[in-house]
Amino acid sequence: MFDILIIGAGGAGLSAALRAKERGAKVAVVTKSYPTRSQTSMAQGGINAVFDSSKTKDHIKETLKSSCSLGDEEMISKMCENAKDALKWLDCMGVPFSRTADGKIAQRKLGGAKDPRACYSQDYTGLKILHTLFDKALKEDIQILNEKFLLNFIVSDNVIEGAVFLDIKEMKIETVYAKSIIVATGGYAHLYHGFSTNSSHATGDALAAVMRAGGKLSNLEFIQFHPTALKKSSILISESARGAGGYLLNQNKERFVDELKTRDEVSRAVFEEIEKGNEVFLDIRHLGEEFIDENLPQERKLALFYEGVDPVNDLIPIKPAAHYTMGGIAVNKNLESSIKGLFAVGECSEAMIHGGNRLGGNSLLELVVFAKEAVENALLFAKQRGDFKPLNKEQQQKDENFKETLYRLSNQIDFYEKREMIGKILYQNCGVFREDINLKAALSYIRQTQKELPFMGIGDKSRVYNSNFVEFVEFGNMLELAEALLVAAISRRESRGAHYRTDFPTSHESYKARSIIWKEDGVICGDFIKVGDEV
Amino acid sequence: MKFRIKRYFEKKESIKEYDIPLKDPTLLEALQYIKMKTDPSLTFSSGCRSEVCGSCAVRVNGKEKLSCGYKLKDGDFVEALNHATVIKDLVIDTEKPLNTLKSSSASLKEFKKCSMTLEDEKKIEKQSDCILCTSCFSVCPVLEIDGEFLGPFSLSRVYRYVNDKREGDIKEKIDTVQKKGIWDCTLCGECTAVCPQGIDPKNDILMLRVKSSEFGYSDPNFISGGFGDFGGFNPDF
Repeated sequence: MFDILIIGAGGAGLSAALRAKERGAKVAVVTKSYPTRSQTSMAQGGINAVFDSSKTKDHIKETLKSSCSLGDEEMISKMCENAKDALKWLDCMGVPFSRTADGKIAQRKLGGAKDPRACYSQDYTGLKILHTLFDKALKEDIQILNEKFLLNFIVSDNVIEGAVFLDIKEMKIETVYAKSIIVATGGYAHLYHGFSTNSSHATGDALAAVMRAGGKLSNLEFIQFHPTALKKSSILISESARGAGGYLLNQNKERFVDELKTRDEVSRAVFEEIEKGNEVFLDIRHLGEEFIDENLPQERKLALFYEGVDPVNDLIPIKPAAHYTMGGIAVNKNLESSIKGLFAVGECSEAMIHGGNRLGGNSLLELVVFAKEAVENALLFAKQRGDFKPLNKEQQQKDENFKETLYRLSNQIDFYEKREMIGKILYQNCGVFREDINLKAALSYIRQTQKELPFMGIGDKSRVYNSNFVEFVEFGNMLELAEALLVAAISRRESRGAHYRTDFPTSHESYKARSIIWKEDGVICGDFIKVGDEV
Repeated sequence: MKFRIKRYFEKKESIKEYDIPLKDPTLLEALQYIKMKTDPSLTFSSGCRSEVCGSCAVRVNGKEKLSCGYKLKDGDFVEALNHATVIKDLVIDTEKPLNTLKSSSASLKEFKKCSMTLEDEKKIEKQSDCILCTSCFSVCPVLEIDGEFLGPFSLSRVYRYVNDKREGDIKEKIDTVQKKGIWDCTLCGECTAVCPQGIDPKNDILMLRVKSSEFGYSDPNFISGGFGDFGGFNPDF
């Protein structure tokens, strides 16, 4: 039996697997795709680390400030103080970080930071970290189970026992028992289908599964919108374009916001213009072709290919898009969820770090530092537990039945159309601006759609690599999570960080707390707890 | 716009034509349109939509392309990558190509403490841009004949670690690419031509050959297939 089963094989999952191996644990990693296809590959900016320890306190202070009182000082300090070691770990593994002329790891300044502290590999920081972790995982002979989709956790008496997966290639149900599980499955920004910079895999499957297993989620309403995604495709144009002096203009060539404000503020300003009926553009023409080709080559390539405009001569049409989800599985300070033995790390985890707003460069750091931490705690749990006889033996059969039911559904209502609709509704009603009446309208739409689920289904009935089936299950998870997200957004009757309520435009002392969502007998429940308290 | 896809399901191949009403779509957008609007059984892989996750490589008119990075043209013919088992339609079993990474030991084996300069990092910058889309593996003619060949992306990745100043055991890497590796390559350059990231595996393989000679290796084809086998010129001739 595995000491630790890791679900998700991106930056967080592979880091955890390697740490577990270092500690001699029996470990396996399961992914619904392949490791190097994960969202981590898309992280561009960098990974924060302060090498001069006298300045670590600035990193802590700025992260805490950005969290809008929803970060926990102890957790943030732990992350920042371990950053140097995390970087050393990656460097020793061979991550090709960009260097300075005098042979040091180069660092650049990202938004909200006083000093340059983001270590980077050109614009491929996430990609290069991810691939180096993957190379190392192969070297260490870590068992990686590809293309297995998490259906449900196996829980008995609120203690984790394992998980049930769908093998996508053969469409078979498989059970894996483990003494402990670390969830590292990434975020849920793809709920905003058509309005997200994320990979189409970011559907929050594990979060929905945690809820179904009786576990708790937190701060779901905090979603970071990036102000400059391409208008048609929602593909990200990096912040470096504004950092380098790019302007934001409307069609009358008017600038309407200080471009270097935080992402949430700029996103709101852009969205307001769009709501007025204006078009919004990113303008980098004044930077000149030579500068653009040297410093923003990716941005030029993306704008040319996906939007059909050349930034050297043309304005780039943009819109804000869902980019990072600060909320996730509610964990305690030891990264353990409300289900005993189930830990969470990375974007899927709400570890009291980012709170209301994430600083650039902190997400990659979080996953490296806390993967180690989660492994230590999971291993301790596994050791104390020892081998055990699973008590919950029904889950596999339940999921077999679930699978067969899905194959038989009538498919009268097209779920792809509904998915598109939900993306639009969430973007409009639970996007950068929110208001009670709009959130409730969205919630009733989601609940209506849930009722229609039995009339949806799959058109492809094959028993080999059925991606139509997988996408339908993802859609079900998206619906379940959208309901939770909306309840959380309705409950927080204030504005804080990325959660902006037009009907409650200021923040309120009583909401200096984590919103908690869980299900009891299939009914969504909500509460607020003090940051740092046990979940 | 009309284009054709080679479908594959349960050991049967078929070619289907599709007519889609999209204007200037990427191939991925066209595939998604078909799946959502007309045929949910059409199967393909995708992820980031912006050419970094390496999920969506296929062949278009016989040339390897990322679906998200290719603008569809009227009359195009789309099929799965070569040199891997096709599971369904455009989805291949990527395990086999990825296993070559394991057998070629493409990772840092022994960390050596050193000062890495700007130039040192530049030496491995391009090779480490690889997104493992396996396009180069699909196009490689050697793999057509010898399925055991390590293939271009693995060899480029070995070179990336050989060239990494922090690697303390270069010899082990050089040793592992001798068999079914650098000497089996025909240097045709097809891999270089299809790489969406502009990586040049052909040149990396050449550089590995140079490096190998520093470790006392030489081209085994030359020794066994040269004049020696021929028995030399007969002085009595």
